[in-house]
Amino acid sequence: MKLIFEKSVPGRHCDLLPQCDVEKAELPESFRRDTPPALPELSEVDLSRHYTELNHRVHGVNCGFYPLGSCTMKYNPRIDEDLAALPGFAGVHPLAGAENVKGCREVLDTAAKYLCEITGMEGMTFQPAAGAHGEFTGVLLIKQYHRKRGDNARRKIIVPDSAHGTNPATAAMCGFEVVNIPSAPDGCVDLEALKAGLGEDTAGLMLTNPNTVGLFDENILEITRLVHEAGGLCYYDGANLNAVMGVVRPGDMGFDCIHMNLHKTFATPHGGGGPGACAVGCKGFLKEFLPASALMDEPGHIQVRAFAGNFLVVVRALSYLLTLGREGIPEAAQNAVLNANYLMRKIQGSFEPAFDRICMHEFVLDLSGYKKETGVSALDVAKSLIDYGMHPPTMYFPMIVHEALMLEPTETESKETLDWAAQIFRELYELGKKDPEFMHNAPHLAQIARPDEVRAARQPVLRWQKP
Amino acid sequence: MSYVPSTPAQRQEMLRAVGVEDYRELYRDVPEEMLLDRALDLPSAMSELEVSRAVSAMAAKNTQFSTILRGAGAYDHYIPAVVKSIPAKEEFLTAYTPYQAEMSQGVLQSIFEYQTMICELTGMEVSNASVYDGATAAAEAAAMCRSRKRRVTLISGAAHPDVINTVRTYCYGTGDELRVVPVKDGKTDMDALREMLTADVASFYVQQPNFFGLLEDADALGEAVHAAGALFVMGCNPISLGVLKTPRDCGADVAVGEGQPLGLPLGFGGPYLGFMATTMKNSRQLPGRIVGQTVDAKGERCYVLTLQAREQHIRREKASSNICSNEALCALTASVYLACMGPAGLKEAAEQCMAKAHYLMRGLTALEGVELVYPGPFFHEFVTTLPRQEEVLSALEAKGILGGLPVEGGILWCATEKQSKAELDQAIAVVKEVLAK
Amino acid sequence: MNYPSELQYSRDHEWLRMEDGVAVIGISDFAQSELGDVVFVNLPEVCDEATAGEPFGDVESVKAVSDLVCPVTGTVCEVNEELLDAPEKLNEDPYGTWIIKVENVTDTEELLSAEQYEAECTH
Repeated sequence: MKLIFEKSVPGRHCDLLPQCDVEKAELPESFRRDTPPALPELSEVDLSRHYTELNHRVHGVNCGFYPLGSCTMKYNPRIDEDLAALPGFAGVHPLAGAENVKGCREVLDTAAKYLCEITGMEGMTFQPAAGAHGEFTGVLLIKQYHRKRGDNARRKIIVPDSAHGTNPATAAMCGFEVVNIPSAPDGCVDLEALKAGLGEDTAGLMLTNPNTVGLFDENILEITRLVHEAGGLCYYDGANLNAVMGVVRPGDMGFDCIHMNLHKTFATPHGGGGPGACAVGCKGFLKEFLPASALMDEPGHIQVRAFAGNFLVVVRALSYLLTLGREGIPEAAQNAVLNANYLMRKIQGSFEPAFDRICMHEFVLDLSGYKKETGVSALDVAKSLIDYGMHPPTMYFPMIVHEALMLEPTETESKETLDWAAQIFRELYELGKKDPEFMHNAPHLAQIARPDEVRAARQPVLRWQKP
Repeated sequence: MSYVPSTPAQRQEMLRAVGVEDYRELYRDVPEEMLLDRALDLPSAMSELEVSRAVSAMAAKNTQFSTILRGAGAYDHYIPAVVKSIPAKEEFLTAYTPYQAEMSQGVLQSIFEYQTMICELTGMEVSNASVYDGATAAAEAAAMCRSRKRRVTLISGAAHPDVINTVRTYCYGTGDELRVVPVKDGKTDMDALREMLTADVASFYVQQPNFFGLLEDADALGEAVHAAGALFVMGCNPISLGVLKTPRDCGADVAVGEGQPLGLPLGFGGPYLGFMATTMKNSRQLPGRIVGQTVDAKGERCYVLTLQAREQHIRREKASSNICSNEALCALTASVYLACMGPAGLKEAAEQCMAKAHYLMRGLTALEGVELVYPGPFFHEFVTTLPRQEEVLSALEAKGILGGLPVEGGILWCATEKQSKAELDQAIAVVKEVLAK
Repeated sequence: MNYPSELQYSRDHEWLRMEDGVAVIGISDFAQSELGDVVFVNLPEVCDEATAGEPFGDVESVKAVSDLVCPVTGTVCEVNEELLDAPEKLNEDPYGTWIIKVENVTDTEELLSAEQYEAECTH
């Protein structure tokens, strides 16, 4: 389809502003721009139709099944959107006086209280704007803690090799050396490897539990104890919290700080890449290190972005928390786990899970044997799913499983949807044996055929140019 | 209510299919002593209507001002209706990052268009798909400019305090040094900057217009920075770029800024939008997602996430940034805003911001005891002295007007195209009345 | 797969040829085939010190990045900047495409002959 710039007609515009009712101010010439930006010139009809056309070429979780592992694509309730759009929130200036923003403070305080209860933490901030940003904040808590005690020798953060890429990248951004420790074959922490990695230079451990293959690490208490004994702190990557919320708390597993992706676990929409929002929680002894805003609070604290974070996303998350309440939070977790196990068992017998045991909220299929047999790769299967209107699972992650497809159905999918999805996987399994070529060329019915990513990277075209 | 669609009977059927008796058995890997043996201390589940009442009651505890004369990093502009409705569409709203290009052309093309618009606004050659906000954009810019030999970052003391604080925090993370260039008469002290531009300086950041609303002599600052072999980073107000010289024309190597004025509500501080653009030469140092144009297997034009090997999911601890989620929907909002304003509309909005702010300044400084604190041209913010500050601000509040922000030396006022002459006159009259008492 | 006998190889899949005391370094046919389509090469700067067994740059494919490990210790005296615009040359002609040249070589990793290297790759 055409780009918005290719629909532009010189002189066309929307009537939005009244005539200026005061005298215009003169900008000294040395500050003036010489040519206007080549923004598109459109009427409102053009604009509306252009974006509607684009919107038809987007698949959201509210449009169909989206089992993207580690991303917790659950249904995003509409009521949360309505409440975030209330003028009483949307129109509030972040630097309005304390008397004028009592409602916003109540939202933040209430959400903080509930999330502390769910995680077993004692302090909470909403300043970080996304999960990786929350990791940065959380690991800086660890850094400040050691620095304040004058323990400057703690330069290393331990990260299992099955971790999300953001974990090691975060540790590096916080000035730590990353110690990658190998996972046990089941993706859980290899206790011997952990012990070997621990020492007087250990600042902390970053861990996801359930881990990135969807298994709960049953040694978790031993793991956090070992890290604490070595003088390090334990950081909980909350990417997989949806499996256990209301069932078991990271604080009770021995973690000292945690981040939660509100756009995963607490059902706020992801907007095609963001905004997310992140809550970072900590035990009481770390509270003094939480970030604050230079203008909104007293200075001297760390600060990871302007103001108080993605507030309107927190409103959505609070609405969700209130909706689920004390009964709904564990109910969501339990059914997320049930749905994952059900889907895994329904697919089993065709594509096989990498670990044949009860999983948590997600599971990994290992297609390496199937690829050897048929030549059809995890990528081919993923692309074939698109023809059925299903968003593909996460591919080639975690790196400890080859030809991995990672599925996380979430609790908001019905049995019928899961049965339908399993049926498609089974059909594709048979199809790949009969007609691998067809699957190599999938998708066949999508918006586009497979894109040439090599060309995109070798000869980058990163903006439209006037012909 | 947990949005779980399966009925109790279906859930039982599914448990049986999985081969377990009950939910407890699904958590068999969790040590017994760790399981939460009580209900969460949260209120009981609520119906949609109850939730609506509870949250609306919180919103009602905030003061809604009819006129906002406060800026300082968050600006009250008119948001056209279409700018609200388009990003609220279910598909745009509820998609994840466009990893699967065959299913995400709408998101990818919208980002490609956004990148183009940011390049047009700033005069730069490459834009990323957004970062969290203007402050993190400044911090990421500082990080992308550092090299092995040049590690020190300079920032103007006339930048937004939140930006300075955020850049300081990122520098604390990597263990690099941030030095703040002093302010003279409300602007970056050029002589001090020249002295501070040592051989270990990687980059210098200036905000245009700066925190006090003043226009910095960006060309001269840029020249000094380049003469010292460092990179020049400009933090820009995007609306002002409707009339102001582009950062590229001022010599900037990296242009960043807070995109909130482009159609995003004040929202008590977020979600906002950090934009980041640079030259082709520095494009591989740019963090975050970038969308590129290519062709599909049938030769049709299409879009994909590209240059991904720079990113954390591939480079892990060697990546220069850990950013993953960004502010895509805010970038879409900004694109719709820029498209409906068009070049003429954006210029008009910028001119009206300037006009209204100057009108407000003239009205206020005509009053006894109210004086402009800093000389020099400004865009849509300015600092005045103000006697009996608290009393004046309360009197304004009583009339539904959020007055300027108390800062060192006085009050930082802001006006935009959104305020009519009548609203400004009323604000001036209230101030006059209090001061006349 | 091609293993020219006039070259020496490292276990990290670089090839090396000495020309008048200068080490000319590239990546092997096996390496380029494992990497897939190379889309970018991060090169060191002239005068940088290179250390045997340490990375001197990296090569990017669409979905991966791999370190380039230097087989010798010395000073980088030339880099092949042509690769910045045409990284595909590493795929098309791996042995005709050098990446860096290193002078003042003081140390060299244990290197393999073509025969030994081929055995290593096909193992």
